[in-house]
Amino acid sequence: MGAQLRVYRSKIKSAQTTKKITRAMELISASRIQKAQTRVKQSTPYSQAITRAVSAVATYSNVEHPLTTEREKLDTAAIVIFTSDRGLAGAFSSSILKEAESLAELLRSEGKKVVYFLVGRKAVGYFSFRRRESEKSWTGGTDQPVFETAKEIADAVVTAYNLDDEEGGVDEIHLVYNRFVSMVTQVPEVVRLLPLEIVEGEEPSTGEVFPLYEFEPDAETVLDALLPIYVESRIFNAMLQSAAAEHAARQKAMKSASDNADNLIRDYTRLANNARQSEITQQISEIVGGADALASAKK
Amino acid sequence: MAAPLNVSVVAADQEIWSGEASMVIAKTVEGEIGILAGHEPLLAILAAGEVRVSTTSGERLVARADDGFLSVENDTVTIVARDAELIK
Repeated sequence: MGAQLRVYRSKIKSAQTTKKITRAMELISASRIQKAQTRVKQSTPYSQAITRAVSAVATYSNVEHPLTTEREKLDTAAIVIFTSDRGLAGAFSSSILKEAESLAELLRSEGKKVVYFLVGRKAVGYFSFRRRESEKSWTGGTDQPVFETAKEIADAVVTAYNLDDEEGGVDEIHLVYNRFVSMVTQVPEVVRLLPLEIVEGEEPSTGEVFPLYEFEPDAETVLDALLPIYVESRIFNAMLQSAAAEHAARQKAMKSASDNADNLIRDYTRLANNARQSEITQQISEIVGGADALASAKK
Repeated sequence: MAAPLNVSVVAADQEIWSGEASMVIAKTVEGEIGILAGHEPLLAILAAGEVRVSTTSGERLVARADDGFLSVENDTVTIVARDAELIK
């Protein structure tokens, strides 16, 4: 076998092996998207109920709650970045990190100090590679988020928010995550979590008037109890969205990788055929040439 | 009889139960409260404990709800809890 032919054959082999892996990952992600989407859907009633309740309290009481009022002096801003634990998901994590960077840039230009909370191994890797500081980080389970993690994150950010400036407290909290739009589209989303803006874009409740609620024990206590829950549910929702988006992004990336492997295999097969054919042609012409030489020598 | 209440019990990760009921009894931080159709709009913080729902078909349903709240408006009762589960 010719040297050229051998090279082509080994390239075809390696492309085939890669394709097997990418194809498997594509199928796994495709099956997990469904589950992730169902989880997003299942958690919707909860977040809707909470949003409704919080909006109702905020509308009908003039309670000044520290979580809803903007502070006079905004010195420090925190960014919570939701990435994935594993790569091979196209631009999933990098687009989020880019979005976070530009947000940080914007905040810094407003004269604020920026601190980070990281979710997902990719974000942690990005920061440790650049030797940058982060306040706190969570890794593991980004593809199947559990509520406990959301609670931990919420506790951490609310605690940081409630601290004084001298103790390293923050005045603003932003979330940066991928929102699952469809199987082919995931949009990086930047949301200011605290101080709360209780205007839910997805709520169809515009124009609807909230009834005059009676609060038990009183409006202030109710708001006190509701707001942390609301923050938790927003973070949990971000995590679920991000998980669904991660699977969708991975499926897309792996699909195009499999397609590319197909193309490579096809191209190399053509080249290998070509090489084999030219080898045969050469051998024939050598034989013919040899026979000719023998025949003319006999004369 | 008055129109039934629309009740839904919602936990952080899913809706646990929803349906029509004639009465809901819940334990708030102030004490137990019973809700019948036509109750005024209410938002209450729940104390750890059970929520009892009497469905229109006469069944009794008990759910455990921790860290949650209860909202009533227009005969719609929503029991929202981070951790909730049906006991029977």
